Formats: sequence, C-alpha cells, structure tokens
Amino acid sequence: MTKYITVIGLEVHAELKTKSKAFCSCSTAFGSAPNTHVCPVCLGMPGALPVLNKQVVEFAIRAGLALNCEIKKFNKFDRKNYFYPDLAKNYQISQFDKPICENGHIDVNVNGEEKRIGITRIHMEEDAGKLVHSGATISTSDSSAVDYNRAGVPLIEIVSEPDMRSAEEARAYMENLKAILEYTDVCDCKMQEGSLRCDANISIMPEGAKEFGTRAEIKNLNSFRALVRAIEYEVERQKEILEDGGHIVQETRTWDDANGVTLSMRSKEEAHDYRYFPEPDLVPVQLDDAWIERVRSELPELPAQRQARLVKEHGLPEYDASLIVATKAMAEYFDEAVKTAKDSKGVSNWMLGDVSAYLNNEGITISEFKVTPAHLAELVNLTKDGVLSSKLAKKVFAEMLKEDKAPSVLVKELGLEQVSDEGAILKLVEETIAENPQSVADFKAGKDKAIGFLVGQIMKKSRGKANPGMVQKMLKEKMQ
Amino acid sequence: MKVSADDVKYIAQLSRLTVPETEMEKFTEQFNQILNYADILQKIDTAGIEPTAHVLPVSNVLREDVAKEGVTHEEALSNAPAVHNGGFKVPRVIE
Ligand SMILES: [Zn+2]
Repeated sequence: MTKYITVIGLEVHAELKTKSKAFCSCSTAFGSAPNTHVCPVCLGMPGALPVLNKQVVEFAIRAGLALNCEIKKFNKFDRKNYFYPDLAKNYQISQFDKPICENGHIDVNVNGEEKRIGITRIHMEEDAGKLVHSGATISTSDSSAVDYNRAGVPLIEIVSEPDMRSAEEARAYMENLKAILEYTDVCDCKMQEGSLRCDANISIMPEGAKEFGTRAEIKNLNSFRALVRAIEYEVERQKEILEDGGHIVQETRTWDDANGVTLSMRSKEEAHDYRYFPEPDLVPVQLDDAWIERVRSELPELPAQRQARLVKEHGLPEYDASLIVATKAMAEYFDEAVKTAKDSKGVSNWMLGDVSAYLNNEGITISEFKVTPAHLAELVNLTKDGVLSSKLAKKVFAEMLKEDKAPSVLVKELGLEQVSDEGAILKLVEETIAENPQSVADFKAGKDKAIGFLVGQIMKKSRGKANPGMVQKMLKEKMQ
Repeated sequence: MKVSADDVKYIAQLSRLTVPETEMEKFTEQFNQILNYADILQKIDTAGIEPTAHVLPVSNVLREDVAKEGVTHEEALSNAPAVHNGGFKVPRVIE
C-alpha cells in the first residue's frame, strides 16, 4: 500500500475583545437577547456608513507582533460578496490583497521535536450574524431566525502555511496560538462560544510527491478534540478514495461531531467566487513606526518566555512548565501561589495533579476554581514543613474543595496535624515493638521487609498522623 | 465578445437576479460594451503608479472603542417581513 503524507493548513478566526463593533458603536456583549445590539450600519441599511474602531487595528498589530509577523503600514479594506442571510449587507468587510500582517510563525514542540509553523497572513474583518434554526437540526427546520448581534464584531483571520503534517502538529499549533491570543488579551478564546474558530485545509500526497494533493476545507471545528478527530477522519477518507482509484474533489466539508464524520457542503461551492473589490466607504489606514513600536513595547510576557522563566526561576521541568503556561489563567494562578509557597515544584505538582483532575471532572476551568492560590500555597507549605503527610494533605485538599477555609484551619478542625513530637512517637514505637516480637526478630535476622510492616502498624495506631520519616528512624534505632 | 450568455447567467445567479431568457442577448451586449470601455482605460501606461485604494486623499478615519446604544429591538425588526423568536425569519438555508 502507498504511504501518504498529510498536509494541513489552518485558518483561525479570533473575535477581538473590543467593547464596540468594528465599524459601528454597537456593543459586542455576548449572550444578549437577539437583535438588541444593532444599528443601521450592522443591519446593512442603505446609506449607513462604517467608521473603523481604532482598537481593532491596535489588537491586530499586537497579535501580529506576538506571532512574529511583519506589520504592513498601508492598510485598506475590501468587500467580499456573497449571499447568505447572516450577512445583512450581502458583503463582508475584509482585507483581500493587503492584509495587516504577513510572514509570521509559531514554534511548536511535538514529541520533543521543535518545529516552526509559518503564518502566511493575518487580516482584519467583521463577523457575520447568527442563524438559529427552528427545528432540532437544519434539515428538519423549515425556517431560520437571524440574530445580528454578532454581525460586525471584529475578527482577525490567521492563515497558516500548509506546514503541519499530522493531527498532533495541528493541535500543538492551535494550542500555542490560543495561548498567545490569550496572553496578549486580544481574544477571550472560548472555542465553545465561537470566539475562536478553526477551519482546516487537509490533503494527502504519496510519499515523495512534489505537489500537494487536492484539499478539502473542513469547517465547524470548535474544540481541540474536534480538530484532531476531523483530521484523522478526513485523512482516512481521502486515502480510501485514492486507494480505490478515485479523485479527491476540492470542496468545503463540515465536521459532524456527533457522528464523527465530515460531510460535503455543496451550497458553499459557488460562494468561492467572492468578487472582491475595494470598500469605497472606508478610507485607508496608514500605520507609522511610532504606532507599531509603541505596541511592541507594550507586549506582555508571552507563553514561551513564561515557560523559560518557570524553568529558570522555579526549577520546573520543561514539560510541566509547558502545561502550566498553556492557559493564561493557569499560569497566573501559579505565579500567585508561588508568592507565598515554600516549594514551587510542590505547587506545580498539585496544579497538574489533583487540581487538574478535579477541574476536568467538574468540567470547569481554573478561573472558576474556588480554592485560592494562597490556600493552595499554604497546603504545600504544611506538607513541606512536615505538619501534613502527603496522604493527609489529600484529605485536607478534599475538604478545601467543599468549604472555603484555610488549610491550617481545616487541619485543626479535622484533628489531622502530623505528630512530630518525639515523646509521642517513641511511645508508639515501644508499644509496637512489644506487640510484634516476631517482626522484630525477622528484622534483626536481616529481613528488611519487616520494618515496613512495623511502620504500617504505627501509622495505623496514629491514624495516619505520625511523621513517617521519624517513625522509620526511631524504629531502627530502637531495634538495633 | 468577452462575455458569453453563460457568463451573464452565472453572474446573475451570484447576484440573485432573474434575467429573462428574452433579455439575455441585450445584457450580454451591454456587459461587453462596459468591458470594452474598460479596455480603453487599460491602455494607459500605469507602470510605477501606486494603485488607488480610495478616491479621497484621506486616511486614518478612526473612532475610539466606546459602545453606544443602537436602535431598539422593535425598531430593528420593524422592516422584517416575518419575525420568529426575536429574529428575522428567513427561509431555511440548505448547507
Ligand atoms: Zn451596529
């Protein structure tokens, strides 16, 4: 069987976090009643004129610089014409041949290998409205209701080079891109709410081929999981067609998440003839060095820099640091906790272990996590200082999830302080030695295993509270 | 002839316009007249001249990012032929 190489390029739409829309002053608030943030401009009324929001340009420059792009000084807008009810004007204001950013890249790490993924361009445009279908699915609906609240919300479209060769690389690119957009605070990156959306261009070619195969464009990828599954499905679909001697049709397909398949969207075919022309209602935007350099100087710490800092200043392993910095809120939680924690690695272990497990289980993000960074730091310190064994720390953590109390308070309330008092431990050691002559004899005869049993007995007597290190040490001393 | 009757049909379809078969010849003729006129302009030597993005010598007309009230929900829907759940009701669009 022929071996195939997968070629993937991603087109990502990110809604910008402005207060008002791109070309009118309507609010961009999400989740309001339909058609309550609308005006003649975003409803496409004849004669209404657009005026560009300065913050849109600011955010586009910021994103472009963070993604290592060249910023183009001359900018103009164009009309992209197509008929669809989510677009009141029947054209979308976009940038066609003069995008604001070009030639950027993101470096990703997949299975320990560094790879540079090119970014062809980033352009500014406006979002469309939303169609709400009357039935359960589009095919069982006889009509749709259009909500124009989202129409005119500013977007940047980030187009990658076809540089990715696997679903893992595409996922890594998307994760890095999302983190950078979050850190630069240009987009809130909620894939489920649609503020960050991804389309994938996927093709395959026989190993050694010089030209890419015919590609399919997959839409509706609104989670990392959907992106990975859709690529895997689509690659198999294309392989089967080629193996059967068929041809791939260049087309737009949609990802059906419930059934795990991609489906052809025939209606989108002719829509590719967009008949772009310059938007006569908007004048060009001319950037100067002062503007670009001011934005550059205000760039925040980016994920890659933050990761390097966590490794250098806090001694975290690269992999752990990469997980912490992947979401901005996670990285901020870490930075806040280590302010008072005596053990940074301990904080990271908790966050990547029990905390992440709890968040996944509850289906919430760290921003919704009730335990404060200061309380988690205190828990880490209680363990570090020997007040709590790691086993009891987990018990206290379980309580912290239930009530908003400092771990030191919970330790007292639950009577869980680790016993490190020599006299008290000595008493337990002596009792246990007296009760288990056989194990003592075994230990003296060289059976090291016997000590584990004796330690276990003492921990049981103390209900887990005796300091295990001290127990071990004093047992050995007593039996010598 | 730069444009055929088929091109006119395709452009009419993209524009969602119905062009009666009886008028097809007339439209094809007119399309070609327009393109022939453009051909005259194409003959001018524009080497070294920046394309004109806008006819006015103005740039950077920008507004501050401040949200304001638009029209009311009722006003917004007042021209809608049909309304459903607070939205503009449109025929089902097949994807
Ligand atoms: Zn508006």
